[in-house]
Amino acid sequence: MPEWLLWFTRFENSKILALLLFFFTFCGILIYVFTGKARSRRLESYKYIPLQDDDDDSDAARGEVEHDERNES
Amino acid sequence: MAQAGIRSTEQYNYDIVRKFTIMALVWGLLGMTAGVYIASELAWPFLNFDIPEITFGRLRPVHTTLVIFGFGGSALFATSYYVVQRTCQTRLYSDWMATFTFWGWQAAVALGALSYMFGYTQGREYAEFEWPIDLLIAVTWVVYFLLYVQTLRRRSQPHIYVANWFYVAFILATAILHIFNNLAVPVGLFSLKSYSLFSGVQDAMTQWWYGHNAVGFFLTAAFLGMMYYFVPKQAGRPVYSYRLSIVHFWALSFLYMWVGGHHLHWTALPDWTSTLAATFSIMLLLPSWGGMINGIMTLSGAWDKLRTDPIMLFLITSLSFYGMSTFEGPLMSLKSVNALSHYTDWTVGHVHSGALGWVAMVSFGSFYHLIPRLYDTRIYSTRLIYVHFWLATIGILLYITSMWVAGIFQGLMLRSFDDYGNLAYTFVETVAFLHQPYAVRAVGGMFFVAGVVVMAWNVIKTVRRASSEAAELEARIAAKMAGA
Repeated sequence: MPEWLLWFTRFENSKILALLLFFFTFCGILIYVFTGKARSRRLESYKYIPLQDDDDDSDAARGEVEHDERNES
Repeated sequence: MAQAGIRSTEQYNYDIVRKFTIMALVWGLLGMTAGVYIASELAWPFLNFDIPEITFGRLRPVHTTLVIFGFGGSALFATSYYVVQRTCQTRLYSDWMATFTFWGWQAAVALGALSYMFGYTQGREYAEFEWPIDLLIAVTWVVYFLLYVQTLRRRSQPHIYVANWFYVAFILATAILHIFNNLAVPVGLFSLKSYSLFSGVQDAMTQWWYGHNAVGFFLTAAFLGMMYYFVPKQAGRPVYSYRLSIVHFWALSFLYMWVGGHHLHWTALPDWTSTLAATFSIMLLLPSWGGMINGIMTLSGAWDKLRTDPIMLFLITSLSFYGMSTFEGPLMSLKSVNALSHYTDWTVGHVHSGALGWVAMVSFGSFYHLIPRLYDTRIYSTRLIYVHFWLATIGILLYITSMWVAGIFQGLMLRSFDDYGNLAYTFVETVAFLHQPYAVRAVGGMFFVAGVVVMAWNVIKTVRRASSEAAELEARIAAKMAGA
């Protein structure tokens, strides 16, 4: 195994490396998700997808329980 | 509504969703009844009747398999097929592949349950299936994955809604976990027995890497997918924060994979692995609660729905139990707490606060939303949904409180010493103490099953109403045609 690969096999190196990799990836995701007005608007617009298929259940879209027995009588 | 319903039925494959939904209820009823029976066996051992097939040891994996894979699995197949079609606004890629997954999955669950009763088991918790059934599950799962991904690829929506991310993570992770944990060499082609590829502590680690991720991806991530679709749908408003759902997804998927080792504290597992698992378990609290808050806050500004909508009650209560059990889990993963809680009934109580409170309640809420739409009719009785809700809630509370009492006292008794350093209690004394909490637990289970019976009755009447409405409509059309 090449010497530079052996460097990764030592716990004192790989632990810090993994910590830094994961930490900065997480920070990257947070920065991507929560910065930029246009991007935020775009991402938030996706939350309406489940409500766009309301062709056959408009009552559910209003969040109503329409099927109460009281309505039947 | 009828015309629109027919449009949807043609556009989407609802037949497969109906099949999985009905089978989820069938397995749920059978599996939960088996659970109540084995809980009763622990409280009143005469119920074993000296019949090997129905003793606790054999019925216990029957219970777990029927509720996790039969009920939970079928519920996930049903809702994932529904959600992917509705959010991608496209039909499933292939009807025959969907049908194949249905029969493959049902056969695996049925064969598994029967084989355990006759004494055939791998002895790996939640992975007791013998190797031929493991192969059947692997093939079924690969077809499920291909079908899901192909359906996503032909979507009409440019964006893949976050519920699908959770479902895909569940499908992928389950495939990896199932295949690696079940790597084994059969004793012979015509023998059900096999030898695991792993041995010793590696075997234990692989098993609990599988076991906890079955909780993480099968019983959590996938049901979060369900939550991200059905809570907004039932509330009639979008999820609180889509950006939070993205962070929730990545953090949860990343963190869950590391925590399996917390099932093996104070064993031959290396100490650093144990500590790593505990650390990640504590970190897992953040995405878990982030997701819970995201789901509950979807109702922000419309809390009054909880007073008028029993389906919303099911969904929001399930999220509350999710929050509670994901707080309890990290707490129990701490080595000091685990020293007390492990090998006691506290663990059993914790599992059930998640399984009954979160998994079952979110499934019931989703089904009550789904079933009238699948059959293009109205639910038979809203009052019965309320009855179901209260039976389930009382059942869960009885269950988990009795198991807290049982587990904590059991743990304290097992590790107390007298002044001379001898054990203060014999094992039999702890068993005698457990009788009362076990009896309360069995009663709690009976409440919960009674709720499922009420639900089954409500669903049967709803489906029958749908058939009679369809027959009426056909008769009216026929009469009109005859008149013309």
